[in-house]
Order: sequence, then C-alpha cells, then structure tokens
Amino acid sequence: MALLGSCSHRDDGRELVRFWAMGYEGEVVTQLIPEFERRNPGIRVEVQQLPITAAHEKLLTAFAGDALPDVCAIGNTWVSEFALLDALIPLDARLTKTPGLQSRDYFAGAWDTGVIGGTVYAVPWYVETRLPFYRQDLLKQAGIARPPQSWDEWKVAMAAIKREVGPDRYAALLPLNEAEPLLNLGIQSPDPLLRDDGRYGNFRSPGFKRALTFYREIFDNQWAPLASNTQIANVWNEFGRGYFSFYVNGPWNIAEFKKRLPPDQQASWMTMPLPGEHGLGASVAGGASFVLFRSSKRQDAAWKLISYLSEPEVQVRFHGLTGNLPPRRAAWTTPALADDVYARAFRDQLERARPAPKVPEWERIATEIKLVGEQLANGRVSVDQAAEELDRRADRILEKRRWMLDHQTLKPTQAPVAGNKEGG
Amino acid sequence: MKPSTAGWVFAAPALTVIGLFFGLPVLAALALSLTDFDIYALAHIDNLRFVAFDNYINLLNNPLFWRALGNTMYFVVVGVPLSIGVSLGAALLLHSKLGYFKPFFRTAFFAPVVTTVVAVAVIWRYLFHTRYGLVNWALSWAGIDPIDWLGDPHWAMPSIILFAVWKNFGYNMIIFLAGLQAIPEDLYEAARIDGASHGKQFRYITLPILGPVLLMVSILTLAGYFQLFAEPYVITQGGPLQSTVSVLYLMYEEGFKWWNLGNASAVAFLLFVLMTVATSGLMWIARRKGVE
Repeated sequence: MALLGSCSHRDDGRELVRFWAMGYEGEVVTQLIPEFERRNPGIRVEVQQLPITAAHEKLLTAFAGDALPDVCAIGNTWVSEFALLDALIPLDARLTKTPGLQSRDYFAGAWDTGVIGGTVYAVPWYVETRLPFYRQDLLKQAGIARPPQSWDEWKVAMAAIKREVGPDRYAALLPLNEAEPLLNLGIQSPDPLLRDDGRYGNFRSPGFKRALTFYREIFDNQWAPLASNTQIANVWNEFGRGYFSFYVNGPWNIAEFKKRLPPDQQASWMTMPLPGEHGLGASVAGGASFVLFRSSKRQDAAWKLISYLSEPEVQVRFHGLTGNLPPRRAAWTTPALADDVYARAFRDQLERARPAPKVPEWERIATEIKLVGEQLANGRVSVDQAAEELDRRADRILEKRRWMLDHQTLKPTQAPVAGNKEGG
Repeated sequence: MKPSTAGWVFAAPALTVIGLFFGLPVLAALALSLTDFDIYALAHIDNLRFVAFDNYINLLNNPLFWRALGNTMYFVVVGVPLSIGVSLGAALLLHSKLGYFKPFFRTAFFAPVVTTVVAVAVIWRYLFHTRYGLVNWALSWAGIDPIDWLGDPHWAMPSIILFAVWKNFGYNMIIFLAGLQAIPEDLYEAARIDGASHGKQFRYITLPILGPVLLMVSILTLAGYFQLFAEPYVITQGGPLQSTVSVLYLMYEEGFKWWNLGNASAVAFLLFVLMTVATSGLMWIARRKGVE
C-alpha cells in the first residue's frame, strides 16, 4: 500500500498520512487540510472518502487484508469491535502529552463511546444523536402549544396532528429501514439493553417492552406511515409538504432543511429534545471518532492530525462546513453554535446521550432491532413476541462472546463493558 | 511419449490453473464451513473452533434461511419461465420476415444486458415509486389505485422479477435468434405446402429443433437466477420485511457484512447442492425426452 501511495502521487519527501473519513464529512474535511499542511510542512495528508453504507465492510476487509490507513474516523459503535480485533492503539499516553485535548471538555456520553474497559481508544470528532425535527405551524394548527416532552404528551400531539391532516398524511416519520428510532426509545429505559456483561440480550425487560409498546402504537394509530427512507423520494420535500410533522433524525439535517426548504417555509420548522417516558429522555450517542490503527507506521504525524482536527476553532469551522455538531463544550460557546436556534435542542440532548452497548456484536444486534421493529410495526408480531424474538436473536449472536468470556480468551483489557449502565 | 502422456502435458497448464484458482478455494471454503470463523477468529486464531456440521444444522434451523430459500425459489420458479418466454418471443419477433428496423431493435433489446445493474436499478426504483412513479401513473389511467411496489412485501418480489427479466432477456434472445436462424427454411416451406398453420409450424418445427438451445438457455438462466443478489441489494436491500432476501444475499450479509465466514461458506455450499440438484433434474428430464 505504501508503495502504491508513493507511485500514484508525486513523491515530495513529505511524510504521508492516510486518512479515511466517511460520507459527506470525508468530502468536506479536505478543505481543512491545507491549513494543517501549512502548520506541519513535513506532513502530507491523503484523504479517502468512504460511503457510509459500505464503510464498516470496507474497514473489516481492510483489516483482514492488512490495508488499513493511518487514521480513520469510524462510527462510535464500531470502536469496541476494532479494539477487540487489536487494530487500535490505546491513546491514553498521547492524551496526557496533549494539553489541548481534555476529556472533561467533551460531552460525557460521547467521550465514553471511545473508552473500552477503562482504556481510551477513540477521540470523538463529531457527535450526533437523534431527536425530532418538527413543523411548528402544523403543531399550532392542530392546537399543540409547545413541543411534547414525554411520551404521553407526544401521543396527544400525534393524535391531534393526524386528525388535522387526514388519512393521506401522517404525524411522524420513523423510517423502518433504520434501527435508531426504536433504539432511541429503548435506550431511555432504566434497564440495560444487554445483561451479564453483554452475554445475553435484555430486551424482555419491562423498560424495553414499554418502548416496543409505544413504537407499535404509533404505527397502529397510523400516526407514522409504514415506509422506509428509500421509499420516500425526497424526505425534505415531503416534510415541507406536511406529509409528516415529526421526523426523528440526526443533526446533519439542520443544514439540509436550511438548504432545501423554500425561504417562506424556513420559519415553520424547529428541533426539539426527544421526549422520554416521563419527561425528556435519553438517546444514543452516535457520531464518528478518530482512531489510530496499530498497523500505521506514521502514528506521530497521524496524532498531530487528530489533535488539529479536535481543536475547538477547527471544530467550529467544520461545523460551519457540514453542520455536524462538535463533541467539545468549548466549541459550543462560539456564537456560530450558541446562537443557532436549531442546534439548541441538540446541545440539550447531548448532555443526556448514552453510548450503545459496547460489544463487537452490537451492529448486528442493532440490525435485528431494525428487522424485528419492522415486523412489529407491520403488526406481524406482538410486543411480547418481538421482545422474545429479539432476545433469542441477540443470544444467538452473542454465543461466541459467551464462550470466549467463559474460556477467558477475551482478555480483560479487550473485554468491553456492556450495557448502558455507565452512560446514564 | 505415449499419446496419453502428451495429452496430460498439454492439459497440465490449464488443469493447474483450475486447481489453484478454483479447486483449492472450494476446498478451503468447505473446510471453513466446518468452523466458526468470525471476527474473533480474525483477531486471534486461537478463537477458531471446529464445529463440524453445526453451521449447517443452525442454518437449517434458522427461519431466515428458509425464508431466503423460499424467496429465491419464488424468483426462480416465476422468473426463469418468464425470462425464457420473453426472450423467445422477442427472438421470434426479430426473426420474423415482417419485422422492420431489426438491427435497431436487436441493439435496443440487448442494451439492458450490458448496462450496469446499479444505474438501471436507480431508474427502476423511480418507475416503481408509489406516488411519483411512471408505473402507478400509467395504472391510474386504467383506474387502478397506486400500488406500493417496493414497500409492500407482496409486490416487492414481483417487481424485482420484472426488473430482472427486463434486464436479462436480451442475452437469451441473442442465443435464440442464432438458433432460429440455423433452422433450414425449406422445412417451413414443406410445412406450408402441406397446409400447416403458423402455430403448427412453431410447434412441430421450431420448438423441436430449438430443443437443445432451449435446454442450454434453461440451464444458464436457472443457474443465473439461483444466484439472485444484485437486484435486491440495490433496489430493496432485502426488505420490506425481508421479502427479497435471497440465499446469496444472506451469504453476502453473513460473510462480508458480519464476517461470519464459517456460516457464509455453509450457505454457499447449501446453495451449491441445491443448484446441482436442480440442474441435474433438468438434464434428466431433457435426456428422457431425448432433447440432448
């Protein structure tokens, strides 16, 4: 790979840092690189953009083929997996030597996603958590004075909107091809999602069952359409047309709605914290974090890139370019963020964000949550059946993990702490 | 040098390549399917367990596997005859003396075969769109209510079959066309003199002579359709409600999405067995009918 890199580019004697970033961020981050290269004349950064939907596979394939880059921004929920593969370098020693990077400045839930078994493996780059975007005007029309704060208030609001908009339009959009809408309701429960150090699923807990019941109710009442994101050709247009009033989604949509809705509609939408079972609730701390790969031969230069991209001013610039939310509280004091009315709800929500269970199998289990959630929404299974089915599938997926823990082939430093106990 | 030795010497380079790049990987995959190779094993080889036939047993106990198998069979049973029928129909039209602009249509019908699945799938996804798609718009003229083609579990597979048939019929059509052109014209002439109708000419001349071609096309199409993957991957991602998950899609998810290579290899071998049985069955029927 190094050979390939030097062949395809003019070799100018500078140290080459290969950096992989996912999605739109990977495209935009190139605008921040010239400043870094100006400050570090001896380093050249090569950015490769990964499509989000294929990033996880590509990273695992690169690991199997020994072709990982020096530094990468990976999904928060993948950190435990790559830590277990022993592909990541612990960052504690470097952090103590970098005074500009202080963990206490980060939102606790976001920082915690990179800590596996007490060791820091990842530094958050941007955080995302999901909450409802909503139509202020439609809520008002339906007689709802303020955004709902609890499930009960939310139900009242959805019922009122549904009455107002009629059978062809809906109150909310919870895309069936995503696990997040259901997962965010489930993580609000006081019961952890996995039990016994991540050995078994805990979806039959009363808390998760209440989340399943609420989720089912939304579809049974036709407050949300039985649809996936891909079936809705243009989510923003449909939101503008009032096809749905609540859209539970991530912060990147702030920029999208600003860009895509016509000027006369700009005053009609807003963001709100995610309602919880009793008052404002938690949500999953998502986003991407920087990791250094063990196979890298240019770790010092790569760490410099991480420290640079983690500086509050750079994060604010990055926010300006992408709309992504910085994980550092220092960055949130700048006017660009503090005065952004749409970001306010996210600022509030981030203090309540919790990491997803830190087991390498989590991505798979989340996929099962999506699939079973789809069956539940379609009325194919009852709440009890869905909970049982989820536990059954999770237990099957976790079988190898149990065996490894029993035979202690999973080393303590690699054994990620499971569940969301520590997160909230 | 004995003639047989000379034969082996000539065949050796090809056999070596086949053995190295085909035989060996297949054996390795078979070995892999008897283990639980996953990301833990990727991290450290000590985490690899020999599980004998557990992967196969678990698969046979996994409802999703049966579901994927059912979906694949649905696709094969409906798709293969439809695809062959459309190909044959198109070939007959192009072969007919009454046809105009034949080179143009030949190219047009073959064009979908050479375009990439991903590009045309995007277009088809728009055609099938519930509210803005051309298909529902056309149906609305006939007074039919909009159908949620890709979002309704009952319609998703038919939509995919329609797409696959459209995408692939040109290939078989070219083969049929070659077969049709090889039929001597005087046979038809003789039949016409004896007063045979067009239908009878087709039944007693075209079909029997086309028999071997038909068999080959059936086997090729059958083998191809058993390996349904790209269409659901691009259009529906297996959804809705896993109604378009095919066996190969399942293998892809197990193997390359989750890196459970042991499981994925087991899926691959089950599919292999299934395809062998199906094609042998077809050959057996053909042999009994004396087509081969």
